[in-house]
Amino acid sequence: MSNRELASSHTISVLVDNEPGILARVVGLFSGRGYNIESLTVAETDAAENLSRITIVTAGTPMVIEQIKAQLDRLVPVHKVHDLTMEGPHIERELALIKVKSTGEKRVEALRLADVFRAKVIDAKTDSFVFEVTGNSDKVDTFISLMAALGLVDVGRTGIVAMTRGGEAL
Amino acid sequence: MKPEESATTGADLLVKALIDEEVEVVFGYPGGAVLPIYDSIFKQNQLRHILVRHEQAAVHAAEGYARSTGKVGVVLVTSGPGATNAVTGLTDALMDSVPIVCLTGQVPTHLIGNDAFQEADTTGITRPCTKHNYLVKSVAVLARTVHEAFYVARSGRPGPVVIDLPKDVLMNKHDYVAPTKPVEHKSYKPITKPDRALLHQAVELMAKAKRPVFYVGGGVVNSGPKASQLLTQLVRMTGFPITNTLMGLGSYPASDSQFLGMLGMHGTYEANLAMYHCDVLINIGARFDDRITGKLAEFSPKSTKIHIDIDPSSINKNVRVDLPIVGDARRALKGLIDIWQKKQPKLDLKAQKAWWAQIDGWRQRKCLAYKQGAEIIKPQYALERLYHHIKDREHYITTEVGQHQMWAAQFLKFEKPNHWMTSGGLGTMGYGFPAAMGVQIAHPDALVIDVAGEASIMMNIQELSTVAQYRLPVKIFILNNQYMGMVRQWQELLHGGRYSESYMESLPDFVRLAEAFGAVGLRCHEPAKLDDTIKEMIEIRKPVVVDVAVDKAENCFPMIPSGAAHYDMLLGPDDRAAKPVSEEGMVLV
Repeated sequence: MSNRELASSHTISVLVDNEPGILARVVGLFSGRGYNIESLTVAETDAAENLSRITIVTAGTPMVIEQIKAQLDRLVPVHKVHDLTMEGPHIERELALIKVKSTGEKRVEALRLADVFRAKVIDAKTDSFVFEVTGNSDKVDTFISLMAALGLVDVGRTGIVAMTRGGEAL
Repeated sequence: MKPEESATTGADLLVKALIDEEVEVVFGYPGGAVLPIYDSIFKQNQLRHILVRHEQAAVHAAEGYARSTGKVGVVLVTSGPGATNAVTGLTDALMDSVPIVCLTGQVPTHLIGNDAFQEADTTGITRPCTKHNYLVKSVAVLARTVHEAFYVARSGRPGPVVIDLPKDVLMNKHDYVAPTKPVEHKSYKPITKPDRALLHQAVELMAKAKRPVFYVGGGVVNSGPKASQLLTQLVRMTGFPITNTLMGLGSYPASDSQFLGMLGMHGTYEANLAMYHCDVLINIGARFDDRITGKLAEFSPKSTKIHIDIDPSSINKNVRVDLPIVGDARRALKGLIDIWQKKQPKLDLKAQKAWWAQIDGWRQRKCLAYKQGAEIIKPQYALERLYHHIKDREHYITTEVGQHQMWAAQFLKFEKPNHWMTSGGLGTMGYGFPAAMGVQIAHPDALVIDVAGEASIMMNIQELSTVAQYRLPVKIFILNNQYMGMVRQWQELLHGGRYSESYMESLPDFVRLAEAFGAVGLRCHEPAKLDDTIKEMIEIRKPVVVDVAVDKAENCFPMIPSGAAHYDMLLGPDDRAAKPVSEEGMVLV
């Protein structure tokens, strides 16, 4: 029954108490129960209330996704679990830092493409750049693959942060 | 006075907080990191400490205590090996939803992470095997943490909670202020009140049912004795058949004519076939465990499924249900009864009658039948005789894990909740004896019997010393077949009779073993002497070990082989040749 249903990707936003071990609880739940983590982002979002937001991109059949949300929700320090993929339109963004080492025409082309992708140069040497690019994951992927031919050295990505559209709080 | 002089140490404060939580008994074992707590315990006499011989047994004893009283069981162990030894017990309590608060010692905060003597990452190790855990880094939050831990352990779906206590936190001083109102948690607020509209829908589905069955689990027992009373009331009002899971036994009186017995892998023929053929399935507090469902694709294929559970993650985990209702079993049952009484639904009595006729036909198969000869004691016979002699006394049964456990579930009759403690989810050999100690501590005058196998009992046999020390008259009733019986049974059925490592070589002389610990040992080989042995065991007001030599080759039937469906039951030894186990089934446990 369940294995005939198709797996799909979901972006889940989890509001948690910012306390030691909370990330280990969430990650341990995923590894212990055999769920996937495609992307994970976590940082404190409300210092006064001591809250952090964890944004997880995971994939599974509808039954597995329902189970993941229920399992997250029953962790004691978890306040809210929202499946952004199910709850109407939302926006996703990712930031990447990309180091490229090249000279001559390749260096010029890298800078030109960076301009097309609205990537910023945040560090420069005579033979290298570090670009900062933000956007959805497709855009970041595309930019990185273009840089591969132009002297790509290192990539650092934040993973996805996401939010619903419109004025309502989660 | 300076504040330091007026303040109490963390250890004293902890003991005060435990007493405020109405804790009467702590099961534990001392060690370096928890010495300050043991010192505080020494200086008072409200809190009783029971010294076990191994930390695993401390947790199982607390589980037995908790499950027979409905209170939270409390455990106290030291850092490092004390905490790691407790892990099996904690996992057991998590799987079977038993409320436990386990206090573990820890090295002082400034040494954490330095690989100090008897240091272990206790919160790291116990994170996946507890409902929640805490590392207390300051004495200022100690009392609050203790009260919160009890709240978490006992509310919603109960479970074990660990509080890790660095030694300096126990020695530092702070004032204790007792909580004035019940502790609440800012994020953990389980839903206990079921949605009334959903209960109305449930009643409608039940009223229209032609072939209904109640499938009831440990959630009803955990919800308190009142829930079991309400369940009995509802089941009798409807006239529907009811089956229990292993954990649910006792929530409905086993002697009642509407009771079909336990369901699942070693459940009765009538219970499993009723599950397969029913058109409305009412699950209250059970979790569609793999031991219950058998082959998922063929699990109760024709039924509309109602599932009442306090834990939303239990719903739609293994089996898709049509009407999920989140809430406490007692409140849901109360709601269902109210609505049923108001609506007075007209049942399809003709269909009900036909359904019962079908069920009675299945009952005629007498799936639990066995043949007792004059020479060798059959384990089933031993349990039937045991039940005959204890049924009119207040008694509690615990078990170890294996064939004897399944036979106990089949042949002993459970009339009341909280009188049956067994390790269901984790299947922990060695559970029953320490659990029985915990039950006996809570009910000093009751007859407490651990139905054991000779293999399981060896796993926590050291606790004979504990029962001797506290004069706990626990009875250990060993069905001794000289094999790890369930392993042997699977090897016979699935692995060509190659009995790899399942024979119990070099067993001790259990009678002399009991005597060495100051207990009484009895032995019985012959069916004719069994009754006298059981009577003698019951009369002795001391711990007794009874070694009953039973048929070595007896298998536990009925059995749904792993990977098979409910209608594919093996009913006895002659049945198995016709139904070989599939390759799919072989890989399942």
